[in-house]
Amino acid sequence: MSTSITIKNLTKRFGKVVALDNVSLNVEPDSFLTLLGPSGCGKTTLLRCVAGLEDPDGGEIYIGNELVFSHAKGISLPPGKRDLGLVFQNYALWPHMKVSKNMSFALEVQKLPRAEINKRVKESLAEVKMQGYEDRYPREMSGGQQQRIALARMLAYQPKVFLMDEPLSNLDARLRMDMRAELKRLHHVAEATTIYVTHDQVEALTMSSQIAVMKEGVLQQLDTPDRIYHFPANLFVADFIGNPKINLLDGVVSGKNLVDLGGFKIPMATYTASGKVVVGVRPEDIAISTKRIPEAAEFSAYSIQPSGADSTILARKGDLELTIKVMGISPLKMDEKIWLTFNLDTLNLYDKESGNLITA
Amino acid sequence: MSEITIAPQPFSERLTSSSRRFFRWLMRPQVLLSLVMLIFMVYMVLIPLYRLIADSVTWQPHDLTTHPDAVVGQLTIFHYIRMLTGVLGSIYTYTPLQHSLTVALGSTLLALLIGGALAWLVVRTDLPGRKLINQLAVLPYIMPSWTLAQAWLVFFKNRLSGGTPGVFEFLAGQPPPSWLSYGPVPIIICSALHYYTFFFLFVSAALMSIDSNLEEAGDLMGASRSRILRKITFPLVLPAILSGIIMTFSKVMGSFGGPNILGIPVRYYVVATMLRGSIASGDQADAFVLAIVLILFAIVTITLNQRMIGTRKSYETIGGRGFVAHETKLGRMKHIMQIAVIIFQILVIAIPLGLLLYSTFMLIDGNYSLSNLTLQHWIGQPNTVYNHGTSGVLLNHDIWRAAWNSIKLSGLTAFFTALLGILLGYAIVKGRGTWLAKVVEQVAFIPYVIPGIAFGAIYIAMFSQKLGPLPALYGTFALLVIVSVSKHLPYSSRSGVSAMMQVGHELEEAGQVAGANVWQRFRRIIFPLTAGGFMSGFLMTFITTMRELSLIILLVTPKTQLLASQTMQYTENGDGQMANAVILILIFIVVVGNFIIGRFKGSSLQKGLGM
Repeated sequence: MSTSITIKNLTKRFGKVVALDNVSLNVEPDSFLTLLGPSGCGKTTLLRCVAGLEDPDGGEIYIGNELVFSHAKGISLPPGKRDLGLVFQNYALWPHMKVSKNMSFALEVQKLPRAEINKRVKESLAEVKMQGYEDRYPREMSGGQQQRIALARMLAYQPKVFLMDEPLSNLDARLRMDMRAELKRLHHVAEATTIYVTHDQVEALTMSSQIAVMKEGVLQQLDTPDRIYHFPANLFVADFIGNPKINLLDGVVSGKNLVDLGGFKIPMATYTASGKVVVGVRPEDIAISTKRIPEAAEFSAYSIQPSGADSTILARKGDLELTIKVMGISPLKMDEKIWLTFNLDTLNLYDKESGNLITA
Repeated sequence: MSEITIAPQPFSERLTSSSRRFFRWLMRPQVLLSLVMLIFMVYMVLIPLYRLIADSVTWQPHDLTTHPDAVVGQLTIFHYIRMLTGVLGSIYTYTPLQHSLTVALGSTLLALLIGGALAWLVVRTDLPGRKLINQLAVLPYIMPSWTLAQAWLVFFKNRLSGGTPGVFEFLAGQPPPSWLSYGPVPIIICSALHYYTFFFLFVSAALMSIDSNLEEAGDLMGASRSRILRKITFPLVLPAILSGIIMTFSKVMGSFGGPNILGIPVRYYVVATMLRGSIASGDQADAFVLAIVLILFAIVTITLNQRMIGTRKSYETIGGRGFVAHETKLGRMKHIMQIAVIIFQILVIAIPLGLLLYSTFMLIDGNYSLSNLTLQHWIGQPNTVYNHGTSGVLLNHDIWRAAWNSIKLSGLTAFFTALLGILLGYAIVKGRGTWLAKVVEQVAFIPYVIPGIAFGAIYIAMFSQKLGPLPALYGTFALLVIVSVSKHLPYSSRSGVSAMMQVGHELEEAGQVAGANVWQRFRRIIFPLTAGGFMSGFLMTFITTMRELSLIILLVTPKTQLLASQTMQYTENGDGQMANAVILILIFIVVVGNFIIGRFKGSSLQKGLGM
């Protein structure tokens, strides 16, 4: 019963600002796609275009096999006819309606029989563990509870597609963790294709089956979380994903499969690259030794920040600075000499000028 | 993607894609609403304004008496030459203009002093009884603006008008000097005591919204008290003060009631009274020239204000409450201040009303003996001696009809204004950033710059003849409703926008996603959520329409007589006690209306003022 979503060459302008620039992507049935990017990257605009709350200035949108928007054909189905549900960032619960009314509103609009409406309201409340809250007004509940009701309201009308616009951003850190787990579970149970908007990479990585990273209205990379993390398609994605941030080191290809990082060289596949490049190294892909290793580069420990399960270490060599993540509490001392070795399998090579990943 | 189905679009199936897109744009509720509103406003505001200007630059039938060779309808600057140059220019335009400016400036300054001081006392000091003072302070505003003028007359009149002595003469044994009885001094005082409420409301809202921490921060850095007041408090309150100045100044510039009562006996004409005189003598085109002068003045005032504040929102004030308000201890001054405020409020509320009431019980005006007390003016049978043969106001069918007309007019105007407010608010807020919404907002603002009496004059020009589908509306009740609703457009759009701003757009979008159509969204989401704003707008408009005089004085006919214009007619006929009785009835209706509507949740006069 699940459905796909196809977006073709979508463009949206607000005055002179291009919010979406020729975006095409395909959301597989049943998948959980996250639109990820910094604020102003167009992710919310894209979601609103799919919902039908904005009319794009070009392109087409299909939900399943149905063409719901086409600029060329002059088609745009109103949101209510697209069979989708939307959870807003601020929940958008109607403040003058009780929980039960909030949930039954859409069902009443669809003219479902009363018994069916009551049954669905009850079931959906149970699904978000909010039984017994039928007669509350939104303002009589906490933010987390309102969030659950907003979800239940969407579940109650059983849409084929779930759209969520930063639904967890107004919750505190603890609640956000809990809800992440539950949202993932809900998606699994409901089997509805989901598009989820967030600027929080942890949310994206933990929940999605696919992530679409966007920047200034342009789609940067559409991939699985695993590939987004390990093979970022360009420097923007590499830099945006990962905490602590990836190390991006300027270098020059100095021979066959050899990159000079200024002061030390590392062997890695250079393919057809030549001249200036950037090497991407995740902080956890660097090993630290306090004893000299012949081939390794010598750094000094500039600052050590243990945080329980792991420690983040800032290492310096001249102007070069590297962030390293190690498990456990690090025994290093400030300014201690260290030798670093890179996990060569995990390095990514980027063209300095275009910023794109070099793979061949 | 094996097969592609195109959703059925029955209406536009045969249209080309671009015309479909146009059709869809047109069918967006905010676009459709904007267009409907624009058509309405073009008819009710722009065309009348155009007709006013057009009539002032063409020969009118009335001119044939002085210029037999003139061709009616041909272009001429005759009216401008007559009204703006030479001796006539000085009599008809420049002297009244000078008077208007004097009165407007004087009452604005006085109102600022009173309102500002009162606001500070109520918001920022430990003055006892502040809550009651706060409530009483807005009372003068719900009374007609000329109530005080009428009461002034009862107290201070000398033998110049009507030949009967006022209370002052009775008490002091000699008549007051004319400068105290009539002319600029009493006009300024009476207007100021009415309009100080603007300053009081604006400044107290602004003061309440200032976080004392801002001032305390200055305090901690070692700034002196007066420096803090000058450098921190004053700039923060300045927008509110300027808003009050603009509102008061433009209101007094166009006000008719006070100058008519207190100016005419000493031939102290202001532009509004002169304008009405010209209409009465049939020189409509001349009156239109005066109206244009008034409009130009209003435009200059508002432009200046915008220059100073920078945005059109300047006449709105900063909202929001809940800050820590640091109270100034009045110390020994506390009780002196309290007594001063109590005396002030008795002077501007209790005494004027008492005087008016007492005067209605005097059989013969100016006779202060107990034997002269009577109910003749309230429930007397008609006889030939008193009041030109009419019965007491409570037995008078004309008064009952006028009261009913006033209630009907105020109710209808308030309803349509509040409704238009929500619709305009929706169109403007929902269309934010589009040219259409900007145009709607701008056009809705136009009536703001047109003083009441000039707005009335415009409608004479417009509706004395048939226009397109509209019949000649002059003399009809509908015209009064239309003119009142149109004059309120700026207020409705302003309060509508602020009401709609409080309803987040997601709330409606959530309804859209749920499949609700426009009507369902309005009925189940937007109307319920803006009900408070609707009621506030309703209350505010009901009160202002009830006591509106300048706007309708040129448009009422005996059949459509209203309480406000009725009082003026009685005053002009020399039946002062009848006029005062009618004013009291009017105030009674307003107070009762205020009470009833105020019962509804979420409505308040403050909110209605767009605060």
